[in-house]
Amino acid sequence: MPRMTMIEAIRDAHVVAMEADPDVIVMGEDVGYFGGVFRCTAGLQKQFGVARCFDTPISELGIVGTGVGMAAYGLKPVIEIQFADYMYPGYDQLVSEAARLRYRSAGEFTCPMVVRMPTGGGIFGAQTHSQSPEALFTHVAGLKTVVPSTPADAKGLLLAAIADPDPVIFLEPKRLYNGPYDGHHDRPSVPWSKHPDGEVEAGHYTIPLGKARIVREGTDATLVTYGTMVHVALAAVEEAGIDVEVIDLRTLLPLDLETITASVCKTGRCVVLHEATLTSGYGAELAALIQQDCFYSLEAPILRVAGWDTPYPHAQEWDYFPGPARVRRALETVMKD
Amino acid sequence: MATRKTAAKSNVSTDELLSYYRDMLLIRRFEEKAGQLYGMGLIGGFCHLYIGQEAVVVGLEAAAEEGDKRITSYRDHGHMLACGMDPNGVMAELTGREGGYSKGKGGSMHMFSKEKHFYGGHGIVGAQVPLGAGLAFADKYKENGRVTFTYFGDGAANQGQVYEAFNMAALWKLPVIFVIENNQYAMGTAQKRSTSTEEIHKRGEPFGIPGELVDGMNVLAVKDAGDKAVAHCREGKGPYILEIKTYRYRGHSMSDPAKYRTREEVQKMREERDPIEQVRGMLLKAEVGEDKLKEIDKEIKEIVNASADFSKESPEPALEELWTDIYADEIPQEVN
Ligand SMILES: Cc1ncc(C[n+]2csc(CCOP(=O)(O)OP(=O)(O)O)c2C)c(N)n1
Ligand SMILES: [Mg+2]
Repeated sequence: MPRMTMIEAIRDAHVVAMEADPDVIVMGEDVGYFGGVFRCTAGLQKQFGVARCFDTPISELGIVGTGVGMAAYGLKPVIEIQFADYMYPGYDQLVSEAARLRYRSAGEFTCPMVVRMPTGGGIFGAQTHSQSPEALFTHVAGLKTVVPSTPADAKGLLLAAIADPDPVIFLEPKRLYNGPYDGHHDRPSVPWSKHPDGEVEAGHYTIPLGKARIVREGTDATLVTYGTMVHVALAAVEEAGIDVEVIDLRTLLPLDLETITASVCKTGRCVVLHEATLTSGYGAELAALIQQDCFYSLEAPILRVAGWDTPYPHAQEWDYFPGPARVRRALETVMKD
Repeated sequence: MATRKTAAKSNVSTDELLSYYRDMLLIRRFEEKAGQLYGMGLIGGFCHLYIGQEAVVVGLEAAAEEGDKRITSYRDHGHMLACGMDPNGVMAELTGREGGYSKGKGGSMHMFSKEKHFYGGHGIVGAQVPLGAGLAFADKYKENGRVTFTYFGDGAANQGQVYEAFNMAALWKLPVIFVIENNQYAMGTAQKRSTSTEEIHKRGEPFGIPGELVDGMNVLAVKDAGDKAVAHCREGKGPYILEIKTYRYRGHSMSDPAKYRTREEVQKMREERDPIEQVRGMLLKAEVGEDKLKEIDKEIKEIVNASADFSKESPEPALEELWTDIYADEIPQEVN
């Protein structure tokens, strides 16, 4: 099987989708001529022409808004917002238009649009290039939210997102673009070419939205997470020496609650982990749902490990980033009770 | 750069020229040093250098008076140095240290100085533009005769909020100068690929805002245009647009593969149009000796080296510092 970085896998998904369906078009800042600041759309303009892969002005509101119009007509826009942090000018169009078009028109008009955005920290991006805004999307009825953690998943999930009849927010953990990142910033990074999840099937395949993946089976506790934190979780579990089941959600909405609750009911202990800030984060939703379904199986309160409730700082990033040490502490705490 | 205004003022004094030379050189050398520190791993993340664009901010600062305000994007180091902020504090913010203007919490794109009326570097493209109009509103409200220089790029000129700000500024006759630093590229996208009309300075016309195109490689032309715009604002005639054509020599930020333009294009600009070399030529013609210029070079080098030393010696902010300055009062929070 070919090995790819997450960037190449995402690019490949675009190629497959564009070859299969002439209504798929790709737009965003620097995506055409330049091929994207992270190179996720490199060569698409050359291969498919400027009508199907093109540069937009720096106008996020206009980009998302025109995307909604294109999608309502029946095109399938795949939009890149250069960083998730730049989404806010376009947020109104996502919430007020994209998410609600189907409901508002009683199903007559829909918005089959994908909005891709690099998300997360760990790259010294400070407050305007490191945020994890997933909860701003999962809070909106009508949007689906996906966060892959491997190249193979990124491709399969992106193809499923493009095929989906509703608007999908596709958050790409930028710290994972070139290799898995386990939070040990001081250790040499491993490229995807040396990692089993770097193997990506050629051609068309999808990974259904709403299906989680058990990344590591275990019996003592369950660690529920997604995106970059999947790799941090695995490192923390190895270091803690506890037999923890690690679940990668892959999609936050729709959520595969069944897989999560089956695991937590089995282990009786649960830690929820995300990079985004704690308060009103997606972890709060997870904790609420899990306690509801697993209340009588829980041996300890569910703990959350998350970003601190501050803007993302420029300095002290490695303390701020919820790395393996913090995850390990939480695992040890849930094991105590 | 087809259209160009020639330097009008022939009566510029040698002292003025010397001060432009000094201020532009400070920015150039500071940015070169920042580039070096970045290469050494002392600065991380984003760092947008101003090299090539020095005449824009130096020319406009020469047109400003005490109390005038300035606000800009993430490409902000030059603006801070030109308005008299301390190079040590700027460099230490780049390295994320306690001695930085935002105590290391903001980084290259996010620094401020109340003392110098510098209302920040802003990382979100276009976000500073309505803020600039708001600052000008406050000046007008206070009737203090001040103006606000609101800087943004050619790429930022396509953000919708820019035009909301234009309308409000014109409607309320705000003393704001919208300075479009047109370096002809927004990241990897040349202006023509993203912008429907070439003449961005004319985009104020439908709002009734006068605008003009200025040669941004010529500090004297910039100063002249600045004087005119400032006078317009101080007379209570409302906003003014200056589209200043300039050029950045370096990449958009430090990790720019630069595949969107040729090396020759950059080289030609540096050789034929460099703003510092132009002033240097004028100074030599005005019989300021090489010695004097060498003395300035040396003085600048010392300032810049001192800022680099400071930025290495200043400690990282204490971890507790991350929870300060979120609200006026500390709100207790769970830390895991
Ligand atoms: C809202 C938003 N969209 C996109 C970006 C990413 N971005 C940062 S700088 C830049 C180009 C801006 O170009 P221009 O306004 O011409 O300024 P220059 O960098 O040339 O000084 C882009 C697209 C951002 N920071 N904010
Ligand atoms: Mg520009």
